[in-house]
Amino acid sequence: MANIEFSNITRVFQRDGKDFLTLDGVNLTVQDAEFVAIVGPSGCGKTTCMRMAAGLEFPSSGTVTVNHQAVKEPGPDRAVVFQQFALFPWKTVHENIDFGLRSKGLDQAARQKIIDYYIGLMNLKGYEGAYPHQLSGGMQQRVAIARAYALDPQVLLMDEPFGALDAQTRVVMQEELVKLARKNPRTVLFITHAVEEAVYLADRVVIMTSRPGRIKEILDIKSIREAEGWDSHSRIEDVMDLESFVHLRTRIWKSLREEHGTADH
Amino acid sequence: MNGQLTSAQFWRLSAIGTMAFLGIWYLAHALALAPPQFLPMPHEVVIRLLQLMRTPFAGGTLQEHMLASLGRFGLGFGLAALIGVPLGLLMGWFRWLDDIVTPIFDGLRFIAPVAWVPFAALWFGTGIGGPTLIIFAGAFPPCLINAYRGARSVDVRYLEAASMLGVGHLKTITEVLFPAAVPSIIAGLRIGAGLGWMSLVGAELIVASSGMGNQIVRAQSAIATETVMAGMIAIGLVGVVIDILLRRIERALLKHRNA
Repeated sequence: MANIEFSNITRVFQRDGKDFLTLDGVNLTVQDAEFVAIVGPSGCGKTTCMRMAAGLEFPSSGTVTVNHQAVKEPGPDRAVVFQQFALFPWKTVHENIDFGLRSKGLDQAARQKIIDYYIGLMNLKGYEGAYPHQLSGGMQQRVAIARAYALDPQVLLMDEPFGALDAQTRVVMQEELVKLARKNPRTVLFITHAVEEAVYLADRVVIMTSRPGRIKEILDIKSIREAEGWDSHSRIEDVMDLESFVHLRTRIWKSLREEHGTADH
Repeated sequence: MNGQLTSAQFWRLSAIGTMAFLGIWYLAHALALAPPQFLPMPHEVVIRLLQLMRTPFAGGTLQEHMLASLGRFGLGFGLAALIGVPLGLLMGWFRWLDDIVTPIFDGLRFIAPVAWVPFAALWFGTGIGGPTLIIFAGAFPPCLINAYRGARSVDVRYLEAASMLGVGHLKTITEVLFPAAVPSIIAGLRIGAGLGWMSLVGAELIVASSGMGNQIVRAQSAIATETVMAGMIAIGLVGVVIDILLRRIERALLKHRNA
């Protein structure tokens, strides 16, 4: 049981002695087991929001809580999947997934069971002994997702996790993540600039304004998804063909397009 | 000319360089630019080198002198690496340690290794201790500085990943910081080994009663120029071999990195 709560977040950064407001009055609650995607123009501070929940950055004012606890530092209860994977190149697939588990103080047998489970789930069987550079980008990101899930975190934070992948791999990864998210619902905060990805994956989509980042609107996808039976389609292209999907996607695009027009850079 | 050479081109140019060098040497000899006892011919130096391997000079064969030198080198360089690398990493990790060590270190590292010779001789004598200190003085700064720079320039993503995985300080240092800094550390070890080896020979010229440096300074007093030159070549060759070995280690350690 865990939620993420952003209350009145502002973020100011200083350059050349001047203050720049990058986030302005962000209020958002990600409910327990809810999948929320944030979309917005680049530089709107969406990644900063995720990093604040991770404890990697801090607001200038306002509070970020996870499970009603103020976030003070990074920790395995808030697993992060980074855009550039951030796997350790000198560790094998097995060692990369095991690294966090060892710090949790689990014994060898318990760790092995968890690792085997996620290796299987993420289709990495046979690659346990491989080093990251021997894997394709898609496989590397599957390892990073396995590493995050294996921690059994209260919340998952994903920062454009598929941004560095080619289009085909990206689609496969999105389908896998949907299966994983429906089978094993968790509290997820997902940052992306890809509108279709957000609509396809999330229960709610948060649209942010260009800098200074504010929440422009929040769309409920889940009720539409369930009403229209999206999850009965296993392929992303079939979902993307549905009128309800197209409608939502267009709506978000228009909203973002307006932001592009008003961007001050 | 643009950058890349084929390996055939490389070997051809290397051969031309070597031939030119030897040619000028022979020419200088033929023109008697220096008295023959000061400028032996290249093949005489090679013959002398092979002789030194069989007949003792200055208390031992070439191999015995080499072992004496390598023993000192191993000790001094080993200490420099064992202290310099961990200290450099920790300085890169803990800011306060950096602040404590850096002023002293910066004050000492500009004292040339050879300038340590009189002090080393006074304190540790001319046996194993004095030369070891001098090698240490040569090898330690690059070991420390490169480990430190390696630790400071670690990709922050790895550190963020480790912290979100809940990995503690010690494990982060040994399993993230250290492996991430390995390329820089090895570069430091190679520079350190080179400087250490050069300092050693300098030290042996003055404070030792055996070793490759001592051998050539004894040859000098006997005005045996071909022995001096043969000893110099041997010293250079050992230095090259040490560097090749470290490069091998580097390649083995970095096998699993992508460029």
